[in-house]
Amino acid sequence: MYKYIKQLFTLAGIASLLFVFACDNMGGDQSKGKSKTLKNTQSKGFVRCGVSQGLPGFSNADASGNWTGVDVDVCRAVAAAVLGDASKVKYTPLSAKERFTALTSGEIDVLSRNTTWTLSRDADIGLTFVGVNFYDGQGFMVRKDSGITSVNDFQNGISACTNIGTTTELNMRDFFNSRGISYEPVAFEKADEVVAAYDAGRCDTYTTDKSGLAAQRTKMQNPDDHMVLPETISKEPLGPVVRQGDSVWEDIVRWSLNAMIEAEEYGITSSNADSMKTSDNPAIKRLVGAEGELGAAFGLDNEWSLRIIKQVGNYGESYQRNIADPGILPDRGPNELWTKGGILYVPPAR
Amino acid sequence: MNNKIKKIIPQLITLLFVILVFAFFSINASINMDTRGIDFGFGFLSQESSFDVQFSLIDYDGSYSYYRAYLVGLLNTLLVSFISIIFCTIIGVVIGVARLSPNYLIRNTAAWYVEFFRNIPLLLQLFFWYYAALRVLPLPEKADALLGVSYLTIKGFYIPSMIWNNLDIFIYSILASIISIIFIRFYAKKIQESKGKQIPLVYISAAILITLPLLSFLFGNVSLSFEMPVLKKLAKTSYIFEGGISLPPELIALVLSLSLYTSTFIAECVRAGIQGVGKGQREAAASVGLTPNQVLKLVIMPQALRIIIPPTTNQYLNLTKNSSLAAAIAYPDLVLVFAGTALMQTGKAIEIVSITMLTYLTISLAIAALMNWYNKKIEIKEK
Repeated sequence: MYKYIKQLFTLAGIASLLFVFACDNMGGDQSKGKSKTLKNTQSKGFVRCGVSQGLPGFSNADASGNWTGVDVDVCRAVAAAVLGDASKVKYTPLSAKERFTALTSGEIDVLSRNTTWTLSRDADIGLTFVGVNFYDGQGFMVRKDSGITSVNDFQNGISACTNIGTTTELNMRDFFNSRGISYEPVAFEKADEVVAAYDAGRCDTYTTDKSGLAAQRTKMQNPDDHMVLPETISKEPLGPVVRQGDSVWEDIVRWSLNAMIEAEEYGITSSNADSMKTSDNPAIKRLVGAEGELGAAFGLDNEWSLRIIKQVGNYGESYQRNIADPGILPDRGPNELWTKGGILYVPPAR
Repeated sequence: MNNKIKKIIPQLITLLFVILVFAFFSINASINMDTRGIDFGFGFLSQESSFDVQFSLIDYDGSYSYYRAYLVGLLNTLLVSFISIIFCTIIGVVIGVARLSPNYLIRNTAAWYVEFFRNIPLLLQLFFWYYAALRVLPLPEKADALLGVSYLTIKGFYIPSMIWNNLDIFIYSILASIISIIFIRFYAKKIQESKGKQIPLVYISAAILITLPLLSFLFGNVSLSFEMPVLKKLAKTSYIFEGGISLPPELIALVLSLSLYTSTFIAECVRAGIQGVGKGQREAAASVGLTPNQVLKLVIMPQALRIIIPPTTNQYLNLTKNSSLAAAIAYPDLVLVFAGTALMQTGKAIEIVSITMLTYLTISLAIAALMNWYNKKIEIKEK
């Protein structure tokens, strides 16, 4: 009997030791000094970026698997800054439902997927929004021949197709509720499913962010049969998101985006960036790495922003290439620089 | 004493390991959630959900709590499972019996049906019914009336709803007839055992089931009227039906695919059950002078059921769990409403996924318990 009790204690002892060791190794996400995400990214050799499952203009893959869009350009900018090569990005297409879990569980390091910045998302679920790369608002799409020309034409019993897991679902309720209109929400997990259902006539209207409506319209069987109503029913500031708790990585992503916007403000483009090194304006010189030590604060070299501008371009170039040229939203609206009547305004890079 | 401890110690150690593994995972989760600033708790269940759901069996809108949204999803899951189980059982039994038919055409059609539907993945069938089959249905304004009163359209299946007057009296009358049928059966069995006389039970039961509710209409002041679906214009080219009951196309597609798919497996269970009863049983029963109906009812079925029930239980469980594919076609079941929208709006992934898993586990165990009880009831009572 004594033998067995001894065995029991030995085994229990080993088990608890293993347990203590295991616990000790857990939760070590925070390391002093250098950002752990940055270190991981540099050792892996690519930026892990979460994007949409296909939204023209924002993040969309072509037939050969090349991703383009303004959201994709944020990922490319981070890769250019951190790894020196904008193409070193691993894209993970995510549904609206999956995106935050993928980020908080560490499957991706940047979420750049037309995600609305809201208080509860920022504060509650372990996320940090780093900025806004597209100012948007929710709208409605209807068939042109339906005779509906404004949201005032909506009547009781209207059915509205949308995505689950989005702010759209909540805004839609607020909107219809405040107007006392009863409606049938039909919510799908994937954007393609929503478009297919609306296109087939399952719903009278399709509601999401207006940029999304404009982009998805291009995917319809007959894009000209549909129109986006003029009203905007919500504020949807879309921007990249990172995990909470790594402030250095957060700064890198924030300033990669800011650098693109500031470059446009100072007229630095992918083609003239090198020649701007000899500019008289110290702000421009700082941005192209000819003056100051801006990169050191993140643990990067001094040409991080120059690489972004040369490889990805400034915000205006990105917008032109991805959204204006394909005819999705030729008019920049609020997404114009503050100096040109828009609301794009970023803190100075100095 | 020594022997007893020898037996207990390995079990204790195993238990300790299991507890440690669980503790490891929960502590791991809690530390990681802590570093990422995620709180753990179920307080969100009482918060206002602030999202609407397309189809609900109970009163619900965004002003209700997340708990209520959970109930909505759960009831929708149970509804679709319940309807599909009934349909797949009926189709399955018919096809299973048809596979044993002496008629070449019937037998082979049934065999083709089984091979076709059980060899195509369920999700694909679901997409077929929802995206291909139901999408060719007409818009509401172009739909022809089925039987003059219901409309099958791309926006849903609209049928008249029943408006009852004094519904409770009607229900009491049905309850009363069921209770009296049970009594008559009991009495009939007694008579048969003591005197060997048979009473035409089926006719008597049917007569009672029709007469009593009918009397409630005549004397109980019960009345029934129908509310017809009426076409309503929403905009120049956009119409909808109002009034009556509307079944969303998502529900129809889900029920269709689940019951057609599962019915093939049930058909095989039924066929196996019937074939599992020895040929000699049938011949022996016929030789003592039982009619073919009596042979089936008294000899074949009681034995076949014992073979059929356990694998059929499995199929019911599968069907219930497969109903979670609803999320792919916007039917607001537990997964779409609770593990989908609610999860996204609250960000409480661990809490919501655990609740959802526990719920499916509970549903499955409940179905299994029910079927086990039935199986016990019909098994051979050895004396």
